[in-house]
Amino acid sequence: MIQSIIGRLVSTIPVMFVVSLIIFSLLYLTPGDPARIIAGTTATEEDVARIRETLGLNEPFLHRYLDWLGGVLHGDLGRSIFMDRTVIELIGQRMEPTLSVMALTVIFAVLVAVPCGVIAAWRVNSLTDRVVMLFSIAAFSIPVFMIGYVLDYFVAFKMRWLAIQGYAGISDGIGPWLSYLVLPTVSVGLVYIALIARVTRASMLEVLSEDYIRTARAKGLLGRRILFLHGLRNAANPIVTVVCVGIALLLGGAVVIESVFNIPGIGRLTVDAILRRDYPVIQGVMLLFSLIYIAINLLADVLYLFFDPRIRY
Amino acid sequence: MSSTLTSAKLLWDDQAVPAPVLSVSSLSTSIAGRGTEKSLIRNVSFDIQPGRTLSIVGESGSGKSVTALSLLRLLPPSARIAGKVRLQGQDISDLGDRQMADIRGNRIGMIFQEPMTSLNPVLPVGLQIEEALARHAVAKGAEARRRAVELLDKVRIPHAARRCGEYPHQLSGGMRQRVMIAMALACGPDLLIADEPTTALDVTTQSGIIDLLKAIQAEDGTAIMFITHDMGVVAEVADDVLVMRDGEVVEHASSFDIFSRPSHPYTRQLMRAVPRIGDMRGREGPERFAAVGAEAPSAGPQTRHLVTRDSAHKVLSVHGLSVTFRVRDDRRRLRKTDLHAVRDVSFDLFAGETLSVVGESGCGKSTLARGIMGLQPINAGSVAIDGRTPAAMRADGRKALQMVFQDPFASLNPRLTILRSLTEPMTANGIAPAEAAETAAGLMQEVGLSAEMLSRLPHEFSGGQRQRICIARALALKPKVVVADEAVSALDVSVQAQVLNLLMELQERRNLALLFIAHDMAVVERLSHRVAVMCFGRLVEIGPRAAVFDSPAHPYTRQLLSAVPVPDPARRFSTAGRADSFERPVISASARMKDLGGGHLVLAD
Amino acid sequence: MTKPAALSLPVPRLSASWIGGGIVVLIALAAVFAPILGTVDPMAMSPLNRMKAPSADFWFGTDTYGRDLYSRVLYGGRTSLAVGFAVAILSTVAGLAIGLFAGYFRRVDGIVMRVMDGVMAIPAILLAIAFSALLGGSLGTVIVAISIAEIPRVARLIRGLVLSLRGRMYVEAAILAGVSQPRIIWRHILPNTLAPLIVQATYIFASAMLLEAILSFIGAGIPPTTPSWGNIISEGRAVWQIKFHIILYPAIFLSLAVFAINTFGDGLRDALDQRGMKHQ
Repeated sequence: MIQSIIGRLVSTIPVMFVVSLIIFSLLYLTPGDPARIIAGTTATEEDVARIRETLGLNEPFLHRYLDWLGGVLHGDLGRSIFMDRTVIELIGQRMEPTLSVMALTVIFAVLVAVPCGVIAAWRVNSLTDRVVMLFSIAAFSIPVFMIGYVLDYFVAFKMRWLAIQGYAGISDGIGPWLSYLVLPTVSVGLVYIALIARVTRASMLEVLSEDYIRTARAKGLLGRRILFLHGLRNAANPIVTVVCVGIALLLGGAVVIESVFNIPGIGRLTVDAILRRDYPVIQGVMLLFSLIYIAINLLADVLYLFFDPRIRY
Repeated sequence: MSSTLTSAKLLWDDQAVPAPVLSVSSLSTSIAGRGTEKSLIRNVSFDIQPGRTLSIVGESGSGKSVTALSLLRLLPPSARIAGKVRLQGQDISDLGDRQMADIRGNRIGMIFQEPMTSLNPVLPVGLQIEEALARHAVAKGAEARRRAVELLDKVRIPHAARRCGEYPHQLSGGMRQRVMIAMALACGPDLLIADEPTTALDVTTQSGIIDLLKAIQAEDGTAIMFITHDMGVVAEVADDVLVMRDGEVVEHASSFDIFSRPSHPYTRQLMRAVPRIGDMRGREGPERFAAVGAEAPSAGPQTRHLVTRDSAHKVLSVHGLSVTFRVRDDRRRLRKTDLHAVRDVSFDLFAGETLSVVGESGCGKSTLARGIMGLQPINAGSVAIDGRTPAAMRADGRKALQMVFQDPFASLNPRLTILRSLTEPMTANGIAPAEAAETAAGLMQEVGLSAEMLSRLPHEFSGGQRQRICIARALALKPKVVVADEAVSALDVSVQAQVLNLLMELQERRNLALLFIAHDMAVVERLSHRVAVMCFGRLVEIGPRAAVFDSPAHPYTRQLLSAVPVPDPARRFSTAGRADSFERPVISASARMKDLGGGHLVLAD
Repeated sequence: MTKPAALSLPVPRLSASWIGGGIVVLIALAAVFAPILGTVDPMAMSPLNRMKAPSADFWFGTDTYGRDLYSRVLYGGRTSLAVGFAVAILSTVAGLAIGLFAGYFRRVDGIVMRVMDGVMAIPAILLAIAFSALLGGSLGTVIVAISIAEIPRVARLIRGLVLSLRGRMYVEAAILAGVSQPRIIWRHILPNTLAPLIVQATYIFASAMLLEAILSFIGAGIPPTTPSWGNIISEGRAVWQIKFHIILYPAIFLSLAVFAINTFGDGLRDALDQRGMKHQ
């Protein structure tokens, strides 16, 4: 088991390498002199020179890449160009809201989506099934910020049931914290629920046609045990996969939803950094996102081992 | 012998004997499709007496499995079932879903064809038995656990207590089928339904399962409904036989009558198509099957000329061929070890000759075929076709060596017309399209199909027809050697006989050398000039067909031959003398081939 | 031997997919024929008519510059549909090429697929935002940015298909018959990847339109001089609490179009799945 996990860890090294290369190369995407563009039209030559120095634009590519990579490996992601803080500090400050939204969303979505998918598969082609499927396509079709605005407009702005914008830390109490988070969670959660429900349904449909389900029925077992012990347990792996891959979707969704609800999280940090071309921050945040993604994939691999005794790495 | 049996049966019938365990009358099942209703079985009636075995036989689509699933109501909800089913006198045809579930696994146990897929892969086998006990309130908790071990013991699984905690993938196919049997027997059912329980198993494993079922029947007096397509198995197990075709019962008689004097023409035709091991004893060359199906009557049995085995007629020469796979080590995960799929195999094949390679699943026979064809890289040894080296062969596309695959449904591209599939090999080798099309038309006639069918797509053909097309494609480049990898295994017995007749006919006409990879010993006996036996990647015995079948020299060959069921109830095996199916032959790495004379070689230490 | 499972074929959902297809065609026609559908110049500002509610003169109302929303939404459809279509074509073609290459030439497979894994490790929205913003927003960069984020998924799909098709017996039969590699790819591999590729392309079409809107929303999208559903919504954002209709109309059109395309894709997939079943 531990060997397997170490093996998986080792296999992520080439992927991390590719990721770091892509992220670092982003700097070169900007047409023209990045330093001048960052500095803006009103900047003096000294400002440009300073920025160029900060970014290390005077050095050759490989040299700078290795320099940056060395820093990253030592936990040094550099300093923001516009804010007088290190990238690590900035990320640390913005972590809590984003993690709160994501954790709540994952829990909420799994609790809603898996039962929906199982019921849709069990009663395939029934009214329930069609409603679940219709809802899932609808959720895929509405831009996440629209869901956010509509909910915010009616539930918070018109009805005054929940906080409209902003964020209250968990240290301010669970009540206020939730009142800021419910709408963002539901907004990003809908797509995620749709995705998980669809995959659960498909996976269950496949499993329910397997020979061992017929064996379970031939044993005289009844519906619920067949569905959950024999069915869901076998259908688990694709569901685990989509829950984990879906977190990438959530990370993207967080970027958008934090703008809608004015939540001071990593998503806002990222958008602001990209629009201002604050390269050290962009690189740091992107690296963080891909690290989370890779870590979650590792977690999925471990969960596979738990659900399916046949799997070995 | 026959008179005693008949009179015993009459006597038995006269005494008013116990009521049937199961009584089925006019069972009909249809399935609702889009606006249409498709009838699957019609008017099926039969009784099963306690302690007796009824075999339901038939080819694919005959409705034999549907009959069993209809009894237990395990068909999809869109199925409509009519007719009366009585279990121990109780009418169970009108029971509600819940009451039916109380009967399933409790009073009727069922085992299925595929032990690989019929057990839940993510639950320990012990638990899967325990839950049947718990569901029908036979035993719970620790008591259920103890009973599960007992049951595994009863189906002769060694170390039953330890096996309870293992998962299906840790057990062999035969073991899994034993677990299925244990599960079906858990609640002491009145009736056991076995749906093709040995079809997916190797022949030595099959004999073990059959012996086990018989022993359990003798012990508990369970009535058994045994569904199969294999007449040899029927002869081994059945007291009575129900022959089905296209959803209807065509004949219902005692096993002895079915085999000795089948009354319905279909049953007679079926019997003629069944190869029987030992039929060829004392005969010279391969023989075709007697007229089967719609075939021309001229294709009757005929003795064939002998093959000249000298260097001038040698078309394929395999020398010291080995194939090794790098696989993950079971104990140390990150290490890899070598698995010798094929090890040091050598043989020659001559023009007009059929050499059959037999062995059980995993023995390396298919890998050998793929190695010869170049579909699998070989690690050592050489293959020479028509005296030429592999390098020279590659230059002209290995035209002289072609292959027919096992699965006729997967070996034709579903999107290409038959014409395009047939002409592809020729146009790829520089033959003009018009000429290729003409040859394709000729090939279709040669394999017993018509040239008009060339414009059709594969899904418009039956399995047998597709296999004929695949044979035609293999012949398109006028090869000298055709490798047939389990080419008839997926076909029904009557179709199989026709395709085998075709192969023998083509061989004669074209002086073709045939390398026939198979597991069915009776088929192999029928059409081979020579036979090679493989086990654990090694060739353990090779020689003329008569020598290998009549005086097998290697213990494994003997084990293999003795396990084959013979389609004749009078020649039923005594179960006592059979080897335990868990015993596997030991083959030492240092063993070498020993010449017994007359081209008969055996692996010996 | 009879497998009862095979008897219960799923009911085809072609009808729903035709409705979806019909809606897509209608919206596309409305966008193409925008000039003759009672529109005015979508760029014409009218300071007197700022933020008007829907009326007989302004069917969908006006935006913060007094521009006619109905005209902007119709013309905006051109841009949004064009982005969806271009991304669908670009990413499927590139993904197909990469997937075929990786699936067929095993030596480069490891490297190519690690690069794809690397791209996939960065959330698609983020990658698209970064590319689009850093390159400078324009129709072309938006299309390229979204395509780059979509390519790895297509490549993975195709590679998996190629690997399974390569092992099919009819492909092996063709190899044995001496058929050349390019011909095998062309005749036996490529046609069998088309059905799933087309289904994938419809999904990408839909998701690209959503991504375009998100890019505009973030401020990294197509500049407002070319109206698109995304940037119309984005411009209405500032006043969403008082003039909700400004973002509502383009959002309804966008959602309806995406919904229709997704439904069409689902129906297509089910229909093609069934054909695959029959041909197995």
